[in-house]
Amino acid sequence: MELIRPDTRYDFIGKKKFTVWISAIVLLVSFGSIIYHGGLRYGVDFAGGILLQIKFSKAVDIPEVRNAIDAMGSKDAMVQKFGGENEFLIRVEKSSEDLEAISRQIQASLQERFKGQTLEIRRAEVVGPKVGKDLRNKAIWATVLSFLAILVYVAIRFRQFSYGLGGIAALVHDILITFGAISLFDLEFSLPLLAVILTIIGFSINDTIVIFDRVRENIKKMRKEKLDTVFNVSINETLGRTILTSGTVMMVVLILFFFGGPVIHDFTTAMIIGLISGTYSTIYIASPVVLLWHNHITLKRKR
Amino acid sequence: MLKGLKWKLIIYAAIILFAILLVLPTVTSQLPSWYSKVIPTDKIHLGLDLQGGMHIVLEVEAEKAIESYVERIKNNIKDDLKDRGVPTGKVEREKRDQIVLEFSGEKEKVERLLSERYSIMHELSSSEIGGGIWRIALVLDSRQAEQVKKNALDQALETIRNRIDQFGVSEPEITVQGTEQILIQLPGIKDPERAKSLIGRTALLEFKLVDDEEDIETALKGVIPEGDIILYQRVVDPKTGGIKKTPYLLKEKTLMTGEVLKDARVALDSQFHEPYIALEFDDIGAKLFEQITGTNVKKRLAIILDDNVYSAPVIQERIAGGRAQITGRFTTDEANELAIILRAGALPAPVKIIEERTVGPSLGQDSIRQGIISILISAALIVLFLIFYYRGTGVIGDIALILNVVLVLGILSLLRATLTLPGIAGLVLSVGMAVDANILINERIKEELRWGKTIRAAIDQGYHRAFTTIIDSNITTVIAALFLYQFGTGPVRGFAVTLFWGIVANIFTAVFITRWMFDYLTLKVKIKKLSI
Repeated sequence: MELIRPDTRYDFIGKKKFTVWISAIVLLVSFGSIIYHGGLRYGVDFAGGILLQIKFSKAVDIPEVRNAIDAMGSKDAMVQKFGGENEFLIRVEKSSEDLEAISRQIQASLQERFKGQTLEIRRAEVVGPKVGKDLRNKAIWATVLSFLAILVYVAIRFRQFSYGLGGIAALVHDILITFGAISLFDLEFSLPLLAVILTIIGFSINDTIVIFDRVRENIKKMRKEKLDTVFNVSINETLGRTILTSGTVMMVVLILFFFGGPVIHDFTTAMIIGLISGTYSTIYIASPVVLLWHNHITLKRKR
Repeated sequence: MLKGLKWKLIIYAAIILFAILLVLPTVTSQLPSWYSKVIPTDKIHLGLDLQGGMHIVLEVEAEKAIESYVERIKNNIKDDLKDRGVPTGKVEREKRDQIVLEFSGEKEKVERLLSERYSIMHELSSSEIGGGIWRIALVLDSRQAEQVKKNALDQALETIRNRIDQFGVSEPEITVQGTEQILIQLPGIKDPERAKSLIGRTALLEFKLVDDEEDIETALKGVIPEGDIILYQRVVDPKTGGIKKTPYLLKEKTLMTGEVLKDARVALDSQFHEPYIALEFDDIGAKLFEQITGTNVKKRLAIILDDNVYSAPVIQERIAGGRAQITGRFTTDEANELAIILRAGALPAPVKIIEERTVGPSLGQDSIRQGIISILISAALIVLFLIFYYRGTGVIGDIALILNVVLVLGILSLLRATLTLPGIAGLVLSVGMAVDANILINERIKEELRWGKTIRAAIDQGYHRAFTTIIDSNITTVIAALFLYQFGTGPVRGFAVTLFWGIVANIFTAVFITRWMFDYLTLKVKIKKLSI
């Protein structure tokens, strides 16, 4: 069965003037969102504080829960619905004091207020300030080091500066967009989301390499053609594979999105955005960058 | 070629069989008892987010351990100087690790004493402050300080292990993290609050004399007599929940601590059937207790736990036999907890919970269920897709995928790695990426066939060309997974592990095993046309 006919010659590269604008807009929106919100909404992992996931046996309205917590003096608590019926997420972002005591107080206060119900503490997380800072550092190291390691790998494999540059450009583009999506959809940036960022870094380059591989092969075969054409041909040839792979991975992530449960919901949402961006960037960021470099710099040198 | 085929079959089959055997315990519990002795495996270890449980990180306030240590040295120096008849003024601990002493008389004599018997305290400065009075400041040797901190950590670890042992949790994990932290994981725990209070209490048991000679009222106003301190007795009224604080004026010197306890049991008062703690001292303790009670008849002896006065009964007579009681309006739970703590011993320094992650069992169950559903649906869809798109070759790919998952689970079992919810996501993701390898190979084969090559040649070229691409593209995700493993903690680590092994196993199944199947079909079965 053929999804893409073998002789398609869709002009991808030609569209790059148009897609540059799409990228620019999306990046702007991402940046804008992050700046507007003053950074990302950090989870307990990175910001420290308390997280409580509670479930009542009978129906309860959010305002009631909020009142109960306000009453005990914790004005900076955030309450939201989460997961199933009568389930809530309480977040207190305090960076000092005895967090354990506050957690206990909140639980006691809720038990007191909703005496007629069974209150179930589904999940509790308390992270002290030092631990939060520690994890933040680790997160930054992990991202920076993976980034560098992968770039070194691409440089070694492809030996051409422009390819490496194209790869970097695509990666940076994807990371920014993923962060933008996290900000835009108000996802909680916690450790699992860091996992998404790192996975997308790996996946984005994945994609890029497959196409560059093919380009390298075709350059040898198509010596007479312009590089633009070679790229187009390569992308077309690998189109079947690109769509199928991105398709299956996306399908799998969508299943996780719908069936995986609320705990990893933010994780799967970010993953979806990252995947879309990753596939798109290979065609419309990495390739144009290589072409740009080639056309303006390499060719100019030859003259 | 055919012979190679047979050998490869044997090796591959052996590996797969091994993996299956490793995974079996997770799937079924009806296995003969010799099974776990032959195959080195248990059920797959589930993370706390899947089986429910508590994860806490304690920080041992090692600085306080140094303070107590230096405090004890100060007391010893004070007594020593007194014994040798050196007139002393102030002998105090200053800052965390310094001692300042003022005395009149022979500086050399004192310095010699200090260097002979207290060499771990280095002289920081010495000066004459007039009138023949000398002032020497001492500081604790830094290496000794480090040793004290390390001992505090080790002892805290031991004590907490004892306490948790008695609490009765299955498979607790208690390890040291860094230089000041202890990581405790209690899977399946039903009462996290009790566990926390059990673990976190310093539980320093002290016996001090009540100072009945001085007036407590004046002391409360701020003038505390030399050598005395004020501690409180906190009584919680069970009905109103109100707390009543009764002050006690005590002589600061601790006569005896819980170090000499041999046993602590809960017993019921014969009159009111209220629980109390029966203490039994060891030989040293018994002798000490006899001495204390003998010299202080009719005085009150306060029994103090963590700076809270529990009771202060009057010493009626000298008590030999090394037994005592702690009474104090306990509930049975409180009494049991106290007994456990006293038996296990006091923590050498206070501990603070700096990180806690608790997952209730119901959430754990939900997560498992959702994880399994995700895996099943993904697997089903992918299997169908491959058959639909690549037909016969798709079946080959499907078999490889299933073996891929079995291999990963086997590896997890073998490494005793922990499966978490993100770990399940990682497994699902790696399966999605695994399809990529099949696609690369199959698309290549299709292309070669289109260019007119024979089946054998097409397959050869397909694998040859696709191989480098497969390795290249998967390596980057592997690199990312490695860094994630290094820098991540907890559930996220589980994700890195399954992603990594998922990809590694995938390379084996997608490249080698499918190749074998192709070879078998073309060489042994000699098919003429490839269904692709």
